Amino acid sequence: MTTATRPSSAPPPPHRTLLEPAPGERLRRFRSRFFTALCVLCAVVVLVPLFSIFLYVVARGASGLSLEFFTGLPQPVGEPGGGMGNAVVGTLILIAIACAIGLPTGILAGIYLAEVGRGRLASAIRFIADVLGGVPSITIGVFVYALVVVAMKRFSALAGGIALAIVMIPTVTRTTEELLRMVPSHLREASLALGVPEWRTSLLVMLRTAAPGIGTGVMLAVARIAGETAPLLFTAFNSRYWSADIDRPIASLPVQILTYATSPYKDWQAQAWTGALVLVLLVFCLNLLARLATSRGGKGR
Amino acid sequence: MSLIDSDRPEEAPPAAKIVVTRLNAYFHKFHAIHDITLSIPGARVTAVIGPSGCGKSTFLRCLNRMHEHVPGATAKGSVVLDGVDVYDPAVDPVRLRRRVGMVFQKANPFPTMSIRENVLAGHKLNGTRLKDPAALVEKTLRHVALWDEVKDKLDQSGMSLSGGQQQRLCIARVLAVEPEVILLDEPCSALDPIATARIEELIDELKERYTLVLVTHNMQQAARVSDYTAFFYMGDLVEFDRTGTIFTNPKESKTEDYVTGKFG
Repeated sequence: MTTATRPSSAPPPPHRTLLEPAPGERLRRFRSRFFTALCVLCAVVVLVPLFSIFLYVVARGASGLSLEFFTGLPQPVGEPGGGMGNAVVGTLILIAIACAIGLPTGILAGIYLAEVGRGRLASAIRFIADVLGGVPSITIGVFVYALVVVAMKRFSALAGGIALAIVMIPTVTRTTEELLRMVPSHLREASLALGVPEWRTSLLVMLRTAAPGIGTGVMLAVARIAGETAPLLFTAFNSRYWSADIDRPIASLPVQILTYATSPYKDWQAQAWTGALVLVLLVFCLNLLARLATSRGGKGR
Repeated sequence: MSLIDSDRPEEAPPAAKIVVTRLNAYFHKFHAIHDITLSIPGARVTAVIGPSGCGKSTFLRCLNRMHEHVPGATAKGSVVLDGVDVYDPAVDPVRLRRRVGMVFQKANPFPTMSIRENVLAGHKLNGTRLKDPAALVEKTLRHVALWDEVKDKLDQSGMSLSGGQQQRLCIARVLAVEPEVILLDEPCSALDPIATARIEELIDELKERYTLVLVTHNMQQAARVSDYTAFFYMGDLVEFDRTGTIFTNPKESKTEDYVTGKFG
């Protein structure tokens, strides 16, 4: 037993009463308050642009919101009314194409990095994904133009979707990898020890446990591509008509906003604001949907 | 059953279920266990005891080839289960693990699954169709004496249970895939004495149908529940014998020192 009485050769220091401040206490308290205040201030500063953008977009765009905006086609200059219905649909189609290509690729690549890949190939892929994540999106647009648009001999929704997929893949890959790494390894061992093959363990245990987090990461990626303009300029181009053909040019909200906002016409500029508002709301709704879907998945039903 | 089963010394040694011959395990260059040779008797509880870091868990994980899932880990030697070397290249470790189940130190129910799904996890994750899953859930949970405690909340998460209940759920999960051998890696080390006693009762009951190998750092537990005991020290198998002999009349002085608490 080591809990013998403590050696007490030196006399204990005189006790200070708790009511009396210790040396340096005042400075310590001041510092603590100062840094707390600084953190609060910075949090507010972060929120200010966010809210002011939202309020400004609502203020300028809300008046143009009408059913016609969602059902109508862009009108020629000078004619009243019209809408961006084709651009709303076009944006949704582009997001769908991008997700159809980007999500499986990104998630499977993430699984490879977290679960399978070891050594130099894996670190090379990780490095390339990080670099690709930092490439300006217009570069990706030019790349897809050279590779897809030139080969197909026309602008198309498919080319736009491919460009957006390339923009989202690095985010999806790295988020998937990071979140899979956060799943405790004892769950993977539990599954393997039950005689479950590795690939089923990766998909049904690891990926499923990480799913809510990956869902959030995917939503961030989708929100980002929903507003991307540059990669669409030379790929999906634009269209003034209803179109759901993936091998034809297609309208999209960001490109339509760009066209209208840079035009000299008051009507068009007003419509650009409404388009911006619709884009914000669209991203918000997609986020909400994904939240609902992943939170239900997380409860095991 | 007496505390130490020296009351049946006349019993002929039961047929070996697993024969381990010159088993060596490594983590990269570190030689974790050296030339282990022993026969694990069928339908008995074999305890593996020894101080921390002596290789007892590594030994256990070699028996169902979970050892090789640690990066850099390798094993050499033979582990013969019912006449087949599990390290034969033709043996798929996945198939092996369906016959040799494992319970871990930390109870690890799948957090995304309900209690019911956790019991069926081995089947669900493998995509096997069950004729009567409800009956299997009830039978298995009754077997681990958890049914009465959870029958009204089978759809709740497995994580909502207490530590001891979670560990019994994990044992149920293993039993549901009907293994022949169950490896237990310090299954009670995170549990309180009452939960431990329940797991020990369960182990005693399970040995009628299964071969159990129990790694424990608790010598009293080894003495209470096991029929045979292997004492590991620094990666070597020092002694392997009937539990009664190990605890009352060991051949090696090192074993005696350990079981009498002189070190470890």
